[in-house]
Amino acid sequence: MTAAAVTPSRTTSARRPRRRPRVGRGVAWIYLILVVLATLFPFYWMLRSALSNNFSMIADPSNPLPVGFTWGPFLRVLGLESTQEAIAQGGSGASVPILHYLLNSVIYATLSTACIVFFSTLAAYAFSRLQWRGRELVFSFFLAALMVPGILTLLPNFVLIKDLGLLNSFAGMILPGALFSAFNIFFLRQFMLGLSSEIEEAALLDGAGKLRMLFGITLPMTSGPIITLTILGFIGQWHDYFWPLLVTSDDSVAPLTLGLAIFKQSSPQSQPDWAGLMAATLVAALPMLILFMVFGKRIVNSIGFSGLK
Amino acid sequence: MTLSTAAPAANAAAPLRAPRRPRRPGNALAPSHRGDGRLAWILIAPAAIGFLAFAVYPTLRGIYLSFTDYRLLSSPTFIGVQNFVDMVQDSTFWSSLLVTVYFVILAVALTLAFSLLTAAILHRVTKSTVLRGLIILPFLISGVVAATVWSWMLDPQLGIVNVLIEHLGASPVKFLTSREWAIPSLAVISVWKNLGYTSIIIFAGLQTIPPTIYEAGRLDGASEAKMFFRLTLPLLRPILALVVVLNVIGAFQVFDIVSVATKGGPANASLVLQMYIYQKAFGQFDFGYASAMSLALFLILIVITFVQMRLLRANESDNA
Repeated sequence: MTAAAVTPSRTTSARRPRRRPRVGRGVAWIYLILVVLATLFPFYWMLRSALSNNFSMIADPSNPLPVGFTWGPFLRVLGLESTQEAIAQGGSGASVPILHYLLNSVIYATLSTACIVFFSTLAAYAFSRLQWRGRELVFSFFLAALMVPGILTLLPNFVLIKDLGLLNSFAGMILPGALFSAFNIFFLRQFMLGLSSEIEEAALLDGAGKLRMLFGITLPMTSGPIITLTILGFIGQWHDYFWPLLVTSDDSVAPLTLGLAIFKQSSPQSQPDWAGLMAATLVAALPMLILFMVFGKRIVNSIGFSGLK
Repeated sequence: MTLSTAAPAANAAAPLRAPRRPRRPGNALAPSHRGDGRLAWILIAPAAIGFLAFAVYPTLRGIYLSFTDYRLLSSPTFIGVQNFVDMVQDSTFWSSLLVTVYFVILAVALTLAFSLLTAAILHRVTKSTVLRGLIILPFLISGVVAATVWSWMLDPQLGIVNVLIEHLGASPVKFLTSREWAIPSLAVISVWKNLGYTSIIIFAGLQTIPPTIYEAGRLDGASEAKMFFRLTLPLLRPILALVVVLNVIGAFQVFDIVSVATKGGPANASLVLQMYIYQKAFGQFDFGYASAMSLALFLILIVITFVQMRLLRANESDNA
């Protein structure tokens, strides 16, 4: 009798921990699905609106599908549609040189990322693989720069670039961030310190110079972190808004972020061309989304990696 | 070379200071580093120039300009602490500081809570890279794009959010154009944009926790919730400290989404400090006053970062 009383209670207690996590798993999956939906919905809404006729869309704002499907918004944003056609579809009729902004963004992001990663690699090599007096001291000075956020240096840097006569030029936009990045140097140095010196010593016996070792041995071994910094740097530069806003006053070198903001502000307040605006945001987002399709896994790993440094 | 998840662990283990090289007898190590000094200075020269010209010099100049009257067209004149006296008496400065703090608290608290939950669930339920890839998508668009899309979705009359609210029988909300909703709406945009990014960083931190700890916890009969608070959170503290500090610093300097979505309005209800600094410098060309506010914001950030590091004891790990 005692055995009979014990057995059922034991089976329930054994079953319980198995069932509870399963319910928990269901809730967890529902949460994850909601997060993914909330994340993706604005992208879908961008696409849906960008493929709509602006007038029809205003009449039917809750339709989940494009209203009066048309490529018009993309065409007018890219300047491939006549003004009459654009106005007929609810466009403002104003032209946006979006391809020009796009090209500026490509130049700005590519040049500044390439420069900063290259110069950071050189410095990191000197701080990790070379022995010289003052190494730790200079490094700690560099590291202190991590403490100073952009807020303090932005205005004086603007004044400097203005005094150098570099406003409205790629040089002025790129220069302040092209040479020195405390984070990049720290990140690469940490990795290079961990490299084995055996290959270098063998190369040294073969009579290789230090510079050849940097480009022939250390650089290839550091390619992972270098690519990480390149990807994250490029994404950051592509999104940069504040600095280009300060140092440009016309369209000549303005990147896409600025162009888009100008486009949004110039859209009539009474009846904005939302379809055109969404098409423009998609054009702006597209290069990054393509980058993501190619390097998706790498980007995800890079972000986690950068947090752990 | 692929970035394996094992790499960060090995990397994190690398000491901050360079390890002293073991001196092997008979191996001429010193000569192998002969001439390193000159090469080192050549290699760090570009970075050193950038450091001096675009970090040290502007920092010092920024501090100096804070004590001047500088209208950009004429050269700066020293006026002592007048800018700071003006600042204390400037009600717009205080209201914009308040608005900024309100935004920071909302945005960081929500981002952190949801990121932690998302990362913890991802960690326990699935290691799917596809899922992590999907939630990171907002990180790949600029603040300008995010703010534009959300301006459309939150439009008072035609935005999908308000259309749905009206379908539910409620009256539409002026999300970006009313005093009470402007900052919460901007915080939501910011959370949407940063959630995936922050989750991935926390997720990476979770992956460094050895799974055997959870097995031990399960054997002791600990529930998932208990394991989260007793095991996961303490082990995650160094990463969380970093994430909090980075998020707070970023949120304090928010500019692009505000600039595009509300322009600081309505009636300065979302005029964050960075926006006010920009207006002073480039709207009224009062560079001295704008520099003084930048310096104030910088000092606030230093204090907050320091306090956070102390509170979260970021340098210590319960791992040991």
